Amino acid sequence: MGTLSLNQRAALLSVLMLVVGLLIWEAAIPAQKAVEELTEYEILTGAGAPKAGVPPPSQVFAKAWEQLSNPFYDAGPNDKGIGIQIGYSIYRVLTGYFLAALIAIPFGFLIGMSQVAYKAFNPFIQVLRPISPLAWMPLALFIIGDSEASAIFVIFICSIWPMLINTAFGVAGVREDWVNVARTHELGPIKTAFTVILPAAAPTILTGMRISIGIAWLVIVAAEMLVGGTGIGYYVWNEWNNLDLTSVVFSILVIGVVGMLLDAMFGVLQRRVTYAE
Amino acid sequence: MKPYLSIEKLTQRFPDGAGGELTVFENASFGVEKGEFVVILGHSGCGKSTIMNILAGLADPTSGAVIMDGQEVKGPSLDRGVVFQNYSLLPWLTTLKNVMFGVKARHPEWTKSQVEEHATKFLAMVGLEGDVIHRKPSQLSGGMRQRVSIARAFANHPKLLLLDEPFGALDALTRGTIQDELLKIWGQMEQTVFMITHDIDEAILLADRILLMTNGPNARVAESVEITIPRPRNRTEIVEHPNYYAIRNHLVQFLGKRSKELAGQPTEAGQTNAPETVRIDLADPAEDPEDKRPALKAVNS
Repeated sequence: MGTLSLNQRAALLSVLMLVVGLLIWEAAIPAQKAVEELTEYEILTGAGAPKAGVPPPSQVFAKAWEQLSNPFYDAGPNDKGIGIQIGYSIYRVLTGYFLAALIAIPFGFLIGMSQVAYKAFNPFIQVLRPISPLAWMPLALFIIGDSEASAIFVIFICSIWPMLINTAFGVAGVREDWVNVARTHELGPIKTAFTVILPAAAPTILTGMRISIGIAWLVIVAAEMLVGGTGIGYYVWNEWNNLDLTSVVFSILVIGVVGMLLDAMFGVLQRRVTYAE
Repeated sequence: MKPYLSIEKLTQRFPDGAGGELTVFENASFGVEKGEFVVILGHSGCGKSTIMNILAGLADPTSGAVIMDGQEVKGPSLDRGVVFQNYSLLPWLTTLKNVMFGVKARHPEWTKSQVEEHATKFLAMVGLEGDVIHRKPSQLSGGMRQRVSIARAFANHPKLLLLDEPFGALDALTRGTIQDELLKIWGQMEQTVFMITHDIDEAILLADRILLMTNGPNARVAESVEITIPRPRNRTEIVEHPNYYAIRNHLVQFLGKRSKELAGQPTEAGQTNAPETVRIDLADPAEDPEDKRPALKAVNS
């Protein structure tokens, strides 16, 4: 044990917990009786039909294998591969998210540069920020009319606030010494913004972007359950309507893994711009 | 004939928070010649840093003017390089890139290799060579960081170099080596330097002339003390020069006692408040005995 590094020991423990957890889960699900073992009476009363129940992990793995071996099939509106559904969700999240970044970062920059603007905009931001993004949905559907665009709008509105606030906060908090360095080197406002303020505020801005992508991924599932049609959120709801809990559990896991990957991507970016003082 | 850098009737007042005004200093006037190394000494709160910020163009005086090389100082400029007490290096850039940042600002027309060569040369002048220059400031000691900051300032050949307590955050041993580096590079460049410090020995070692400020509020530059010790100076040898302790005692007396006695006298309008020149030179018998008396007394006691 003593020869293993901290990370190796942690990984070993993780695997152990996973195995134990799966075994408990597997053991906790009562096996369904095979049809041959039923009495004639039971068969007549319908007990032979498969009962809906939480599936054991073995079934989920079988489902995962089946789905992941052919993720992009398309057999009509209610039967598309998991890859296609995830693709739709990611497309919506990224579209809404980058539109939000396009507005939030430059705007946050300007707010952060001016104390007056910071104070003037703050009350509006504080009121709009805690609104559940889904509360915008009816209004979005009415004004925009298109369910696809409305889902993107909901992503946009939920990811804009953390980026806006963090950008403004990061820019406002840039050390005056560094700004003075720019001033004594006669840098113009644009040059100062890009060579001093942006790199100085970048870690805070990236933190905001990372929070936003997390929220956006949380919200897309709920939004797609509402608007329907395509996407991982719709998939979950559709499988619930089919009472296919195996698919529901499988898609829950997929949502988690994709969310983790999105976060990890921003984690890498964040580490790249972080500096030690 | 006006000096190279002329500070004329500089006054700074701040609101005192109770509706009134606090006069930090009033009608401060003095000059600095080209190539001269001038140090300003005074207690905290006398407005040294405010004078420095005005010279750098980072702050505006309430009234008065700073004229350098025939032009009034307005706003910051590459002609006035600043070395701040807290180094002010950009932490996301490497040591070399920090110096290149300054060189690029000074010479936007240079190619990248020219900029890099120039920056490397000045880093080498302060003793930073090899792998060290590719490290980030956070990976350097305080002394090394201040060397980078000094290299960045000298690399730009400013007309006036402002040093704001550059060694204040360093331990005594490091301070000594960097003072030597500073003297060496200054000797090569004929740079005009204006420096703030509250370390008397540092001031004597480095300066051609020391300006003494009275305590604030209503501080003023009361005396200009010439350092009559020949260059090149060396920290171990200057203490043996006959003038060293005479000058040192005069400075200690001023900071310990007279800065208080002279403090807080509001000046009448029109008075220029030019500092009184003090020259202490025991090696020069032609000196007016009147000026020598306090110094001699201090030596004998």
